[in-house]
Amino acid sequence: MLADVWLVTHKDLRIEWRSRVTLSQVVPFALTVLVLFGFALDANRGVLNAATSGLFWLTVLFVTVVAVTRSTAIETSDGACRALLLAGIEPSAVFFGKTLAVAVQILGVEILMVGGVLVFYGATVESLPLLLATCAVATVGIAASGTLLGALVAGVRARETVLPVLLLPVLAPVLIAASRAFDDALGVLAVDGWSWLGLLAGFGVVNAALGTLAYGQLLEEA
Amino acid sequence: MSTDAATTGSRTTRLLGLVVLVGVLALILLGFFGAPEDDEQRDAVRMIFVHVPSAFLTYTAFLTTAVGSVMWLWKRSRWWDIVAHSAAEMGVIFCGLTLFTGSVWGRPTWNTYWDWGDVRIVTNLILFLMMVGYLALRAAGGDENAVATRAAVVGLLAAVNLPIINRSVEWWANRTLHQKSSLTDGNLEDLTLFTLFVGVVVWALFFVWAMIHRFRIGWLEHQLSSIDLEAALVQRRAEATGESAEEANL
Repeated sequence: MLADVWLVTHKDLRIEWRSRVTLSQVVPFALTVLVLFGFALDANRGVLNAATSGLFWLTVLFVTVVAVTRSTAIETSDGACRALLLAGIEPSAVFFGKTLAVAVQILGVEILMVGGVLVFYGATVESLPLLLATCAVATVGIAASGTLLGALVAGVRARETVLPVLLLPVLAPVLIAASRAFDDALGVLAVDGWSWLGLLAGFGVVNAALGTLAYGQLLEEA
Repeated sequence: MSTDAATTGSRTTRLLGLVVLVGVLALILLGFFGAPEDDEQRDAVRMIFVHVPSAFLTYTAFLTTAVGSVMWLWKRSRWWDIVAHSAAEMGVIFCGLTLFTGSVWGRPTWNTYWDWGDVRIVTNLILFLMMVGYLALRAAGGDENAVATRAAVVGLLAAVNLPIINRSVEWWANRTLHQKSSLTDGNLEDLTLFTLFVGVVVWALFFVWAMIHRFRIGWLEHQLSSIDLEAALVQRRAEATGESAEEANL
């Protein structure tokens, strides 16, 4: 099982490495959104500083939509997902493998975005461990529900428009919890950021469990 | 096919519809003229005759969708799939009605249409948005079985994430304006409570009536798609054997 998970992750990351879609399209997209938020809030340092956590995680949600669309396209083109199933790989291994690959890509973008908010919004990091832990735990949950919903819309004609309508409301608790944890990590608000991590972990576990159960049926219908 | 087969009405639903009509009339009379105005909420208290039953039916509907989703994934039961779809549509309508009446009631009582600090309305809004996504997915079309499976997973996803959403909003909003419970705090007049009870019964009967009709529409749609498929199969077979479709049908 673990070998299969690694195989799928490795495959997706290798495709990404060769096509450079995340690096050449998703990273510029994320930085553009961060800059546009700066224009929308009139480059007001005080407002930007107070809203940094929310804007950061909202941008991550937009990035997720793009990353999941890309991850789904890899499997739907040329019936690649059928080939994966025929290869005898457990659907749950495919699910975890793709989740891990999406998580790695989103994490990479997040690290660059942290640099972005430090420079553009004047944010300062007060607790690096909390910041890193929030990114890691939240991203796994985001990637799990994103991969599940990505497979779900794979066979839908208007999948580009249906995916955000389905995914963004589901990710609302991640936006709330990760933003509050970041408020603590960036020293914006005096809240206990670590207590929010439990909720983020719960979200990840619930969505990973549902993905494990449903992914096989969804792949067959795609 | 006789014309009777294509209708969604029956003797029972007509009778039920009549009872609902009489009930709504009684509710209007009781709500506007019978129940007294509240000391604090004034006339706005009358909004609970719609708001509370709507909220109750929202959760009933979405719970039904979750059960229907499990039954589809487990038993591949078309009956439950159509029940899940029908209940989701009813749920979105009642959820919208709950949010609307809550907003209208909030303006004179809380002096605001919307309060971000209130856990229940924010959770309800996210639930509403998720179920609108569920209906969008259904509307996107495709193979009947594939649509049912996808929708069932979304129905379950909404159900399992609801407690997490509720908890996150609860922690996020450290204060709440929402009435703890108008039913148990003992401030409501007897006639107001009785009217609220009538409201819950009348709206619940309306829910059942509309559900039956919506289910029958779904069932007829399903039959229609089966008939179309059967006709197409007959035609393909006829093409293969060189007979006309009418001959093959005989």
